[in-house]
Parts: sequence; C-alpha cells; structure tokens
Amino acid sequence: MSANTAVAEKYRNNFLKEIEEQVEMGDWVKMCMQCGVCSGSCPTNFQSAWEHPPQELFMMIRAGKREEVLTTTSMWNCTSCYNCIVRCPRKLPITHIMHGIAEYAHRIGMAPKMQATRFFSGLFWKNATKTGRVNELKLSMGLYFKDGFAQGIKNGMAMQAVALGLVKAGRLNVMELFGGHKCKDQKGIQAMLKKAYEIERTRKTAKMAG
Amino acid sequence: MAKHEYAFYPGCSSQKGASASNYLTSVESMCKTLDVKLTEIPDWNCCGASIGYAEAGELPRHVLNARNFALSEQHLPGQEIVATCAACWLGARETRERLTLSDTLMSDTREALKEAGLTINEMPNIRHMVEVLIEDLGFDEMAKHVVRPLEGVKIAGYVGCQTNRPFGVAGESFENPVYLDKMVEMVGAESIPEYEQKVTCCGGALAFSEPEKAQAQIKDIVESAYDHGAEMIVTPCPLCQANVEIYQGQINKRYGTKFDIPVMYYSQLMVVAYGGSAKDAALNGQVIKARRLEEIAAKPVKR
Repeated sequence: MSANTAVAEKYRNNFLKEIEEQVEMGDWVKMCMQCGVCSGSCPTNFQSAWEHPPQELFMMIRAGKREEVLTTTSMWNCTSCYNCIVRCPRKLPITHIMHGIAEYAHRIGMAPKMQATRFFSGLFWKNATKTGRVNELKLSMGLYFKDGFAQGIKNGMAMQAVALGLVKAGRLNVMELFGGHKCKDQKGIQAMLKKAYEIERTRKTAKMAG
Repeated sequence: MAKHEYAFYPGCSSQKGASASNYLTSVESMCKTLDVKLTEIPDWNCCGASIGYAEAGELPRHVLNARNFALSEQHLPGQEIVATCAACWLGARETRERLTLSDTLMSDTREALKEAGLTINEMPNIRHMVEVLIEDLGFDEMAKHVVRPLEGVKIAGYVGCQTNRPFGVAGESFENPVYLDKMVEMVGAESIPEYEQKVTCCGGALAFSEPEKAQAQIKDIVESAYDHGAEMIVTPCPLCQANVEIYQGQINKRYGTKFDIPVMYYSQLMVVAYGGSAKDAALNGQVIKARRLEEIAAKPVKR
C-alpha cells in the first residue's frame, strides 16, 4: 500500500483532521477566518498568481478537497518572506503551514514531481545535510541538470555571465566541485538526523493509530 | 579583553569562496574597530534554511540548529550566539522558540543530539549582528568611529524579509523599519526613508528555481531605488545582496532595463567610513563595482 493510500484510507472523509495530525502547524487551519490578507500580502501571488492562494487552500482543506490541495503547485510558490505571518489578524503561522502542507504532499508522493521549487527544496536539504554545510556550486549544478544533460548545459550557458561575475569577485569557487567546505563530525550529524527522522515518523504513525 | 564577546555563527554563504565571503571580510574589519570579539562555534553546521522544507520535516530541522546550540554551550559557555546571515538567524531563533515552547520537541531533540554525543542544558540567546550593533553598542558608539563620512552618497536601505519578519529587530515595525536608514545616516551618507521597496521580498530561493518570478520582484526593488535617486543599495542579508546584485544583467535582458547599481552590506559602508581600505571592506567582492565607495576608500581619513 502506498503512503498516500494508507493515510487516505485512515482519514477517509476528514481531510481537515488529516492535515491537523500529519502537517506541521496543521492544527491552525481551522482558525482561518477567510479575510484574505495573506493572499493579498503574498509577493508571488501578487506577481504571478497562485493556483490557490493560502486562504483558499484553508477553505479547500475544510471542504475536503484532498486531491486538489495536495497536488497543486501553489504552496511551492512560497518564498518564505513571512509577510503573511506578520499580517494575519488571527496570527496563523501561514508560512509554516504552507511549508508543512508542501512537505506532507512531498512525503506521501502527491506533490507535482517536476515542480522546480519542490525539486530545489529537496536538493538543498540533501546538499546541506550531506556534509553539514551547503556546497553552493554543487547545488546550482544539481538544479541546472534536473531535466537531463543537454538541458543542463543549456541552463549552465544561460547562467554563464552570472557565474563568471561571481568567480571574478571571489564568491564562487570552481574547486568546490571536488570537495569543498564540510563539517568534521559528519558521522555524528548523519546519526543524529537519522534518529530525528525515526522519532518524527513514530510520532506521526502514533497519531494515525490513536 | 574585548568589550563585547559572542559565539559566532557565520553560516555557509560566508565561507571562503562562497557567495557572501565579502560580507564576512567586512564584518571582521568592522568588529575590529568596534572591539567586538567573535569566536566561531567549532564545527558549526547549516541551519537548513527555510527552503529545505520539502525534506527537512520539523524535528530534523530543529535538531540541526540545536547541534549548533550544543556546540556553542560546550565550547563557548555563557556567550550569546551571533549570526550575520538572516536565514541562519531566523532558523536558529525559530528552533529556540519552538524548543522552548514544547517539552516534547525539546526531549525529542535531546534524544537525537545524543547520537552525536551532544546535549543542551541552557537555551542560548540568538542575535543578529545588526541587533548587536544597535542594542549592545548603540548608534552613538557606532558613530564615534566614523573618520571618513560617506558625504553626498545617496543610499537606499533595503531591509528585505528575513531580518525583518517574523522576528525583526525589537522596536521596529514590519512595514517600515528605520534602523537601516539610521545606519546610512550614521556613516554620513544620505538615506531614503521613503524608499517603498525596503521590505519587499527578493524572491529568496525562487531566484534559483523559478527565476522569472523572483526577477519580477527584484526589478521592483532596483527600479524604486533608481527612482529615488539612489547611487547604491545597502542590505543586512546575504541572499538579498546576491539576488539583487547578480541578476541585474538578466533582468536587463528580460525587461530592457539598464540596471547597474551596486548592492552593499551595512558592514562594508561602516568599514569605509571607519577609515578602512577597499580591501578591508571587501569591495573587490562586488559583482557590480561600487566605484564611488572605492574612490572614498582611497581618500585619506580625517582624524
């Protein structure tokens, strides 16, 4: 049984409960009073329009629109600017709820696979936690080559002027490709993160059972 | 002994050869003048940044930040943690807040930290470098060291998001913080308090993943600076600095604009005003050269 089928069966027609129990800060969703200040304050919603801006997502969750919420590209448009959080009259931690829904959709395999920010987000976390520190060059290369080798070269060429400017300014080191900055206790970091994932998984599963 | 001592969390982008290495160089020069001693937390790790959210989950993200707290407590007991990067500061502060508010998260974090042979007994204070400057030193103390005022230079103070929201600097408003303008005045330059894009988002990580969306925002930020007659932009955030500076060429292609405005760190302005050389201020780290500051940095100081 896929991760998605398992949770879908457990929560059946109660998508709000699913979000409350499985999503970070999900228990805040019911507090939304649909004023729309978050949507009006969101820079990417303003510039290019989310398919479903935050306040709409909150209502859709309460209306049980499970498929639509979990498969939308919307939350992935979040730039983490925190404008919605500071302006929300009911103090909902909206940025964190958006990240939480996105993370959940990703976890159960419902998130749009090739959405660029979803891809970059996963790439960033893996890049940062692999050695304990971000390798900026490998991070950029990983993104450019997301759609294959040919597209990667094309993307790299498009970024040539930007990269060259940074290299000249001493802010991009090509040697980072062969190693780069890292933490000394990488073993400890891996072990501690492994434990953290285990504990988190156990807690989420317990909520489903209870 | 230095007047002020802190456990220092420089963050990934400040490392040698990384995108904000010029920030670190200028902060080090600035702190020397101000007698602030920063001791790097040994073996510190990445904060996870906000963009790691797809894979980070809640506990792993906090454990990552808590490792730095534990290392700081072990090696630099009693010292507050100072970050120069907005994302590092925000990530660490958020973890501090969540762990303080939830006993479950705290005990889960301790259990995970054990795997790395670490523990936390006391929760450290997490400060941003601008908080240290404003709250621990104060504007009068900062101004005392100005020996080469940046007279006649008009600078747009771009605060951005994560230094400003959701935590921000105490006493400042989210919509119109004024400390950066005050810092511009402090170094003898001319501020632009009416610069309406001062807290607009630069697009953050979307500058990498969905550049067309981020660049639409960066365009507004730069355009408004020009409209107000700014010669340069100043910011306290490494990602704001990089995003607003390095994509101006691509924005010019996309929108037919002619942007070519330097984007500086507050620490670079301060180092030049404090009599430092272009090298001390890491002016060579600009992709868009700050000619006017280079000229000023070459002038003799008024002592």
